[in-house]
Amino acid sequence: MKKSFLLIILVASLAGCATGVKLDAPVEDKSGSSTTSSSSSSALDGQAAKGGVTSVDLGSTSGTDGGPANVGKIVYFDYDSFLVKPEYTGVIDAHVKFLASRKMQKITVEGHTDAAGGREYNLALGQKRAEAVRRALALSGLADVQIEAVSFGKEKPAVLGSDDSSMAKNRRAEISYR
Amino acid sequence: MNTPKNSLVRTVSFWACASIFLFATFVALPAKAQFKVDVSGVGLTQLPIAITPFKGEDAATQKISAIVMADLARSGRFRAVEPGAAVLDENSRPDMSPLRQKGADAMAAGSVTRLADGRIDVRFRLWDVVKAVDIGAESHVVTQANIRLAAHRVSDFIYEKLTGEKGIFSTRIAYITKAGPRHTLWVADSDGENAKSALVSQEPIISPSWSPNGTQLTYVSFESRKPEVWTHEVLTGKRRLLANFRGSNSAPSWSPDGRSLVVTLTRDGNAQLYSLNASGGEPKRLSKSDGIETEGSFSPDGRNIYFVSDRGGAPQIYRMPAVGGNAERVTFAGSYNISPTLSPDGRWLAYISRIGSAFKLHVMELSTGTATALTDTSADEHPSFAANSKLLVYATKLQGKEALMTTTLDGRIKAKLAGVDGDIREPAWGPFDK
Repeated sequence: MKKSFLLIILVASLAGCATGVKLDAPVEDKSGSSTTSSSSSSALDGQAAKGGVTSVDLGSTSGTDGGPANVGKIVYFDYDSFLVKPEYTGVIDAHVKFLASRKMQKITVEGHTDAAGGREYNLALGQKRAEAVRRALALSGLADVQIEAVSFGKEKPAVLGSDDSSMAKNRRAEISYR
Repeated sequence: MNTPKNSLVRTVSFWACASIFLFATFVALPAKAQFKVDVSGVGLTQLPIAITPFKGEDAATQKISAIVMADLARSGRFRAVEPGAAVLDENSRPDMSPLRQKGADAMAAGSVTRLADGRIDVRFRLWDVVKAVDIGAESHVVTQANIRLAAHRVSDFIYEKLTGEKGIFSTRIAYITKAGPRHTLWVADSDGENAKSALVSQEPIISPSWSPNGTQLTYVSFESRKPEVWTHEVLTGKRRLLANFRGSNSAPSWSPDGRSLVVTLTRDGNAQLYSLNASGGEPKRLSKSDGIETEGSFSPDGRNIYFVSDRGGAPQIYRMPAVGGNAERVTFAGSYNISPTLSPDGRWLAYISRIGSAFKLHVMELSTGTATALTDTSADEHPSFAANSKLLVYATKLQGKEALMTTTLDGRIKAKLAGVDGDIREPAWGPFDK
């Protein structure tokens, strides 16, 4: 703010705002710029320096997967639903059994949504799905410390496309052994 | 200057002559292919202005006059008048009569000069064409890299002189692009150009939010395979993990005094709102429901938080005291209203409302509760106000491709912002320079 104000004052005195006084002729001499120009330049470049951007590259992330053999890791949900359907009881139980003998193993339940709607609201909806699976696992006996429910909302679709079957494949919770 | 009444009459009669042609396009000079702004729509009171090519700008990397005219057109408050062939600069004594005949109310001319030390001196003067008087002049000496900033400051000066309101052209817009697995957070000029990458990640980045002083961007990053809230000093690239609690951490939004943020956490089950000190520490729970409470956003006086809740069975926008407490419902029409954000002057609430299967940007005047849909598109997301409360930027889809648009609050003037290739989304308009 101070800098802008300083600039305005300098500019006003230099240009004689609205008084019809001419600007100084553009400075091109080898001795450098006039005092007024360099003052106003430092004000603007000061702001520009603050306006700089330094880039950060996070590189790639990687992980391994584990879990019980021949057991599914994805629970699909109906449209606008957060109910873990009875057909997944076997899957839930198999994971609980696998983890019961591996107390140090932790899993993440990742909730996902289809692409319709806002990113943050979908993140909350995905969390509701992850939470439903987390609760089903806990009800089957899995220790709370072994599970974390998180959401990816609509950020990581399993399949692209906006037809009904693609959307259905994206409404899911994934059990991750990372 | 013309009285507002005169310029209104002039503008309306101009458009009557032009048979209310509803689509006007600004196309950049072919010499600079990266510069392209499409403006569509007709405003009620657009001040006709002529910006002559700045003397010496052909030798510069950026066409100052084109950037300035595009800025002014995007604001919805100006329309371009062909400046004519006379070569002018800030020291000229222009003959106003041909411009008067073309209907111009104002004109600007200037020069771009390379100084001995390599810096660029951008000078200009603004005239009232009707009264044939000088309204003011400025000089900006900048490094080559900041020549667009100088152009935006010229736009701010003209806008402020002629509308009496502060211009936002030299403010910045942050946004996110996705190209394959690569997510990038960018900081760009207010016209979407000159984007500089602040963060590159192989995992999603969403919900960028500027700190009130414009030095930090706070956002949600999935770099650890879960959503966490990070804050990031834009100038240095220094990052700090602000919220990494059990479950998901998201939807950061700063209090106007910069001391705290409202965030959405799921540490206690479903998404709920918490207040978090800017320096970190233990969050304080603000909402208590069995359902979803998210997308908290402060009113500019810091007293209230607007947010989304599905406590009534469907997502609607509510308002509660910033310290927590009883909430009152704000949106009543429709069954899906999300992404609330308040204009900095406190008069307007922008949000996204589902109409049928379309998601549309709406603005509600808070004093009357009157809401208006602003767009013809159907996948609008993430509105964000300009610092002067006169424009909104939002994400949408145009012909199946993600795009960023700006619009005036009456929806009359829209512009597609330039941006890098790939999907572009999650715009956040930064504050005035402090």
